[in-house]
Amino acid sequence: MTIRDDIVAEVPRLRRYALVLLRNSTSADDLVQDVLERALSRLHLFQPGTNLRAWLFTIMHNLHVNQAIRAAKGPKTGIDEDVAENYQTAVAPAQTAGLTLRDMDRALNTLPDQQRAVVLLVGVEGLTYAETAAVLEVPVGTVMSRLARGRERLRSYMNDEDPDPEGTGQ
Amino acid sequence: MSGMQRLGDTELHAYLDGELDAEARADVEAWLKTHPEDEARLEDWRRDREALAALHRDVLDEPLPEKMQAILRQKPRKPVSTTWMRAAASVVLLLAGAVAGWLANDAAAPANGNREFVRNAVGAHVVYTKERRHAVEVKAGRAEDEKHLVRWLSRRLGRALNPPSLNEAGFALVGGRLVADDGGPAAQFMYESADKNRLTLYVRNARNAEGTAFRIVSDRGVSALYWIDRTYAYALIGKIDRDTLVPLGDLVYAHLEKK
Repeated sequence: MTIRDDIVAEVPRLRRYALVLLRNSTSADDLVQDVLERALSRLHLFQPGTNLRAWLFTIMHNLHVNQAIRAAKGPKTGIDEDVAENYQTAVAPAQTAGLTLRDMDRALNTLPDQQRAVVLLVGVEGLTYAETAAVLEVPVGTVMSRLARGRERLRSYMNDEDPDPEGTGQ
Repeated sequence: MSGMQRLGDTELHAYLDGELDAEARADVEAWLKTHPEDEARLEDWRRDREALAALHRDVLDEPLPEKMQAILRQKPRKPVSTTWMRAAASVVLLLAGAVAGWLANDAAAPANGNREFVRNAVGAHVVYTKERRHAVEVKAGRAEDEKHLVRWLSRRLGRALNPPSLNEAGFALVGGRLVADDGGPAAQFMYESADKNRLTLYVRNARNAEGTAFRIVSDRGVSALYWIDRTYAYALIGKIDRDTLVPLGDLVYAHLEKK
């Protein structure tokens, strides 16, 4: 396996993360393409033995922040039809008893950007707290507090949406 | 950590995310046995985590768009060499009760902007004092190394920053490192006593912190003495009691005032 193969293997995760982040499949794929361009032109900067996924997410995070700053003046993009369509097909009742992915997606969108990033990088992409701190360029303690707040917020949103999931509520 | 203390949320999250060392893990498991309500919360978070991972899972199985494939086929370009994420790679986060307590227990921490500062300083203390081989980025052993350390951190912090000598109090300077604080650099100097007890001195720009004379906060055996002047914020942190920490703070303060 060359490092390129390793990158190829990470691309689906980059696409998913970008999609959750941007909620628009076209902008998400554009962002991933930019990440790949940059990663390949800077392969020499990657330190073998460190986490490639974290490195790629660092690049994505930096590009996204820059784009967000540039776009701040422009109009906001809404959810495109494609993606809305995808939500439907992505709902798999069997694996999320009592909760729908749609609710979770909405809940995720109520989080401040920084909490959302931490919740996803740690919880979904499996980065360590230290790696997440490096990706977002914040102290480890900040990662920990954002994670706790973000998860708490998701939970209270889900509780409100579905007052009695599986009959465990009171 | 004794079984008596309330388990902080941060520890519970760290347990869920596999960030705890064996000892801390065992503590959490023991706690959960007798606290079903926390066990239930943990289960909720675990389920939420699965739901999050299910979002857009279909994308994972899609073939890559042609444009991406084309980019991935392009020939490699030219190298220059640097390091990336060395700091992150060298950090093995062995989360002890201490930092979790600090972060969870806001009552123990100071109010407003200063809380952020103290929290970051204590976070860095707990993470880096655990390190054996990579406790510092630059060791202070030789005179030229110490000079390099001073020059480097002074440049990054934008002020002359000479680590005070704490030899008379039984703590030798081990070295220092640059730490990422919220939106800017911080310097951390580490000291060690003969019995391997470590102290850190953390310095950064005052930014949103509010000026204050000596303040002290402690939690689960870790104490932080901090003070903030118009331009800089300082914290001296260690697993020592307050009465020992304050005279050390006096030494540091006196040294910094002289310079």
